[in-house]
Amino acid sequence: MRRYVVGRLLLMIPTLVGVAVLTFVVMRLVPGDIVALRYAGSSVPQDVIDRERALLGLDKPLWTQFVDWMTQLAHLDFGQSLWTGHAVIDEVWTRLPLSLELAVIATLFAVAFALPLGVIAAVKQDTWADYAIRIFSVGGLAMPSFWIGIMLVLGTITFFGWAPPLVFTPITEDPIANLSQLILPAVSVGYRYSAVSMRMTRSTLLEVLREDYVRTARAKGLRETLVVVRHALRNALLPVVTVISLEFAFLIGGLVVTEQVFNLNGIGKLLVDAVTHRDYPLIQALVLLLASVFVIVNFIVDLIYVFLDPRIRYS
Amino acid sequence: MTERATALESEAEALARRRYFESTPRKRFVRFWREFITRRPLGAFGLVLVLAMILAALLADRIAPYDPTAISFKDLLAPPSPEHLLGTDNFGRDVFSRLLFGARTALLVGFTASIVGCTLGLILGIVGAYFGGRVDQIIQRLMDVLLSFPLIVIAIAVVAALGTGEDKIANVIAAITVPIIPRVSRVVRSSALSVVQMPYIEATRAVGARAMRIMFRHIAPNVFAPYLIMMTAFLGQAILLEASLSFLGLGVFEPTPSWGLMLRGAGMQFLERAPWLAIAPGVAISLAVFGFNLFGDSLRDALDPRLRTA
Repeated sequence: MRRYVVGRLLLMIPTLVGVAVLTFVVMRLVPGDIVALRYAGSSVPQDVIDRERALLGLDKPLWTQFVDWMTQLAHLDFGQSLWTGHAVIDEVWTRLPLSLELAVIATLFAVAFALPLGVIAAVKQDTWADYAIRIFSVGGLAMPSFWIGIMLVLGTITFFGWAPPLVFTPITEDPIANLSQLILPAVSVGYRYSAVSMRMTRSTLLEVLREDYVRTARAKGLRETLVVVRHALRNALLPVVTVISLEFAFLIGGLVVTEQVFNLNGIGKLLVDAVTHRDYPLIQALVLLLASVFVIVNFIVDLIYVFLDPRIRYS
Repeated sequence: MTERATALESEAEALARRRYFESTPRKRFVRFWREFITRRPLGAFGLVLVLAMILAALLADRIAPYDPTAISFKDLLAPPSPEHLLGTDNFGRDVFSRLLFGARTALLVGFTASIVGCTLGLILGIVGAYFGGRVDQIIQRLMDVLLSFPLIVIAIAVVAALGTGEDKIANVIAAITVPIIPRVSRVVRSSALSVVQMPYIEATRAVGARAMRIMFRHIAPNVFAPYLIMMTAFLGQAILLEASLSFLGLGVFEPTPSWGLMLRGAGMQFLERAPWLAIAPGVAISLAVFGFNLFGDSLRDALDPRLRTA
C-alpha cells in the first residue's frame, strides 16, 4: 500500500510538469503581451515599452523565461502578477476561500438531492416517479448553469423583491449574510452537478439490484429498505463516489461563468481577468492549481476505493 | 427443451442473417430509422427538436420577421406583442429574429467543433491503439494532461492564446474543439484496442496491407458506433460551451447574433425591466441541448447497448 501511494505521488510530477509546459507554451504563442496590451492605441515611444518589457522580464528568450519560472516553482514561488504587481500567491489566496466554499455548498446540495432521488428512480423504475426524476435530471444537463442563476435572481426579485447583495461578506464575519449570498450560485451550479450524479446513482443501482446477493437478501426476508440501503446501495456507491469527486475537482474551475453572473470575486473571475490582461504568471499559476486539484482528487478517489470496497488492494 | 431453444435461436439467427444479407444498405438505413422512431419516442422527440433547430437556422432569413441587426429607436425594450413575438432589446432589435439567426451561430460552432474534435480524437485513438508502445504512451500522456482541466478552462486558455475579435469565430470553434479531442480519443482507443486483436486484422497484415490502410479501412469502420455516439453527445456540449464563452465575452462578438451574447449584455442589465431578454435565449439554448442529449442518448442505446455514460 505504501509503495502504491508513493508511486502514485511520484507519477503526479510528470503530469503536472506537462501541464506547466503546455500552459507556458500556449500562452506565449500569441503575439501581444501585457505591455503591448496596456499601451495599445497610445503613442508611447518604443524605448519606454522596451524598458517596461525588460522590467517584467519579457525581453529574455523564451527558454530562459521558462527555466526562470520552473526554478521559481521549485522554490514554491509563483512570482508576481504582471497586472497588479502583487504576489500571485496572495491574489489566489484571497479568492480561494470563496470559490472553495461555493464548491462545497454546491456539492452538499447536489449530493443531498442526487442520492435519494437516484435511489427512488431506480427502485421505482418505469413509474411516474422515475420519469419525473429523469426529466428533472435531463433538464439539469441541458440548462446552462449561468442561465439558471439569472433565472433564480429574476425569480427572487419578482416574487420576494430581494436580490443578492453586491458586496461580499466573508463567512467569518456574518455567516447568515454569507450563506444567503452564496445559496443562489450554489443552487445554480449544484443543479447540473446533482443531475449528473443522480443519473449515475440510478443506473448503477439498477444494475446492482439485479445481482444474486440482492435476491438472496430478499429471500431471507429482509425488509426492502434494508436490502436497498445496506446491500445494494453500498455496492453501487463506488462509481457514484467517482463521479461526485471528479465533478468536485472540475467545479472549482467550472465556477467561472457562475461567478460572473453573481459578481463574486473568486478563482473563476480571477482566471477570466488574468486571461484578458495576458497576465502570464497568474494564468500559469491558476491553471497549474486547477490541474493539481484534479490530479490530487483523482488520487484521493483511488484511496477511498480501498475503504469502500475491501476487495480492492493496491500493491 | 434446451435443444428446442437452441434450434429456435439458430432459426432466428438465420432469419436475421438472411434479412441482413438480402437487404441493401439503403433498406437497412430506412429500417434503422423506422425502428428508432417507433421504439424510442424520447429519442424521436429529441430528433424533432434537432430538426426544428436546423430548419430554423437554414431558413432564418426567410422566417425572420425583421433584420436581426436592424436598430429601431421607436420600440426600445418593447414587451412581447403580435408585432414582436418575443419583444425587442435595448436597441429595438427583434428578439425572435435574433434567436433564429443565433441558431445559425450555435449550429455552425457546434457541428464544426464536434465533427473536427471527434475526428481528431478518432485518429489519435486509432493510431495509439494500432502502434501501441511508445507512440501510444506519448499520445496517452498528452491526452491525460488535456483531461486534467475542466472543459471551460481549456477553452478559455485556447481563446486567450488565439485571441478574440469580431471575425474570430474560427478561434471560438478551435477553443471548443481542443477539449473534445482527449475525451473522444480515450473511448475510441479502448474500442480500437479490442479490434486490433481480431484475427482479420492479423490477416490483412499478412496479405501485406499498409498501416494506413489497416487503420482507416479496417479498424475505423469498426469503431464507428462510439464515434457517432460521442459526436452527438458533444454537439450539445459544444453549443453549451459556445454560449458560456460568448457570455464571458470570450466567444462570438457583436453584431453576430449568439444566444450566449444575448444573455451577456442586455439580458443581465435589464433583468427587471425586460425579463424576456434573459428568458428567451436561455430557453433556446436549453431546448437545443436537451434535443441533442435526448437524441444522442437514444442513438447510443440503439447502436451500442453496452456503452453507458452518466
